[in-house]
Amino acid sequence: MRILNLLKIAFKAIVLNKVRTLLTMLGIIIGVASVIAMLAIGEGSKESIRTTISAMGSNMITVRPGSDVRGGVRQDASAMETLTFKDYQALKDQASLLTYITPMVNGSGQVINGANNWPSTIYGVNPDYLSIKVVDLQSGSMFTNAEVQSAAKVALIGQTVVENVFLDGEDPVGKMIRFNNIPFKIIGVLEEKGENTFGQDQDDVVIAPYTTVQKRILAIDHLNQIIASSVSEEEAPNAVIQVTDILRTQHKLLDNEDDDFHVRSMEELISTFSSTSEMLTVLLVAVAGISLLIGGIGIMNIMYVSVKERTKEIGLRMAVGGKGSDILLQFLIEAILISITGGILGVLLGLGATVFIETFLHWPTSVALYSIVISFVVCAITGIFFGWYPARKAAALDPITALRYE
Amino acid sequence: MTKEIINIKELKREFTMGTEVVHALKGVSFSIKEGEFVTIMGSSGSGKSTMLNILGCLDQPTSGIYEIDGVKVKDLSKNELATIRNEKIGFIFQSYNLLARTSAIENVELPLLYNSKVSTEERRERALKALELVGLGERLHHTPSQLSGGQQQRVAIARALVNNPVMILADEATGNLDTRTSYEIMTLFQELNKKGITITFVTHEPDIAMFSSRTVVLKDGIVIKDSKNENIQSAAAELAKLPVENH
Repeated sequence: MRILNLLKIAFKAIVLNKVRTLLTMLGIIIGVASVIAMLAIGEGSKESIRTTISAMGSNMITVRPGSDVRGGVRQDASAMETLTFKDYQALKDQASLLTYITPMVNGSGQVINGANNWPSTIYGVNPDYLSIKVVDLQSGSMFTNAEVQSAAKVALIGQTVVENVFLDGEDPVGKMIRFNNIPFKIIGVLEEKGENTFGQDQDDVVIAPYTTVQKRILAIDHLNQIIASSVSEEEAPNAVIQVTDILRTQHKLLDNEDDDFHVRSMEELISTFSSTSEMLTVLLVAVAGISLLIGGIGIMNIMYVSVKERTKEIGLRMAVGGKGSDILLQFLIEAILISITGGILGVLLGLGATVFIETFLHWPTSVALYSIVISFVVCAITGIFFGWYPARKAAALDPITALRYE
Repeated sequence: MTKEIINIKELKREFTMGTEVVHALKGVSFSIKEGEFVTIMGSSGSGKSTMLNILGCLDQPTSGIYEIDGVKVKDLSKNELATIRNEKIGFIFQSYNLLARTSAIENVELPLLYNSKVSTEERRERALKALELVGLGERLHHTPSQLSGGQQQRVAIARALVNNPVMILADEATGNLDTRTSYEIMTLFQELNKKGITITFVTHEPDIAMFSSRTVVLKDGIVIKDSKNENIQSAAAELAKLPVENH
């Protein structure tokens, strides 16, 4: 009953000073709104990175040769010939945590179809490639293991290549193209994948059996990469360990020698990106938190002035029977009401801003429930914390002096 | 025998100002019976304000006895004093002290808001009655700025009445009003007094005293005169004698 009455009194006082109340709230509103919007942007970018990487095959594991020093010269990793078909064979036979695995060789060159040509990259792989990279076919079919074994001159092409060398919109499947003057028969077209996180066009590719690329185009017998997929995203780190062990044995490395290859899982990439965007989120929240703090100080400021301004009113309230604790609670409730109302408006504004950012700026956003809860709790605490001091001041007033205060 | 509302014996109040001790009240004794209309008079520095603060339970005496409605006020805590003010005393101030931008009825309800025993319905009902009693039944939702000085003081009187106090304590209640309005207010006080409400009026204006039933005069912290008024003037009659205002 008493609290209810005090709530009424405090509510009345707030409503009576609409403009002042709104100005006081403004700090809190902006603080909360920015916390929510910033967190939504942070979460959104984290999520979009995760989905982009997932689309690249989130349980993908890549093995590349390591760099080495030859005759005092540091060699580029791609110049290494340490990764061989035997390594691939060993992994295929022994690595139990891998589901798909393919050797990979790649080289760049010119795709030619009649009068049209286009620079692209050819990837030599086996049929597992599609499953590892999570790519679908738009038309046609993948080459078979038999075609790999026979080094057949067949290829699949990505959308970018289709657009640039098949200008009249005809179906490329069954047509012949030349890659660095080697004729290939197109047996399939890959589904459009767009750019990856690094801005690389994933559709600007030609896929052919690795044997064909090794023999006809690159004239090498080592591998540039081995890519594989682990049984699950969670098992990826263990698969990395397993692959590392197998390759160390395969390369007869002693315990004190470093790996002459690199094994990478997407998980690492994801966590690298996540930690970057997490840092960004922390930074954004810190900035938003500061504005929330300033909002709180604003409340204290106004409440403090309000106590001074309403000294006579406080004296009257005491004279008609208001206890010190009543006055304290009244001012405290006022501060809390202001900050909580500000908090609610801030949440709404934050959500609105998030929708705006999503719709008009096309930034990925994701509103986390915890951000709403946190900023709301912070708001209430701010109200209590910054309302306490002025409220104490009001409660400690001597009714006689307060009544005579002009 | 009529009940004693106020009983004061050998009341002293001292203030320490730096190293000097100021004796504001130097042993005051008197009592106020139910239904009396007492004027406490005195020039500034007579201890009148100190007396008012103690009577109103805003301040505590240094020594002596102060009983209101049978409750010994000395040694009560701040909170207990607040409860006494809430339940036993109705304050009326010179400058009305109404809450700005707040309707008359809400101003009158204020003391009851601090009394958790009174329900919302009862509060509204009692405030309504009090406002009707002071003749403002038609102006419930006017804010102080929409009311004249006399009307504002009536709202303040209604506020003082709403908690059914044992005594109304008025501090220069007509000090801010012109003669006509102050006679109107005095008429209201006399009417309330006739209904049995005890009124203590603190003032320095001698003509107010002639409307009351008894006058206590303070000077330099002691009572120099405490006399029954044999010839109580009717404020209503005085009001009628005033020349008609030309509007």
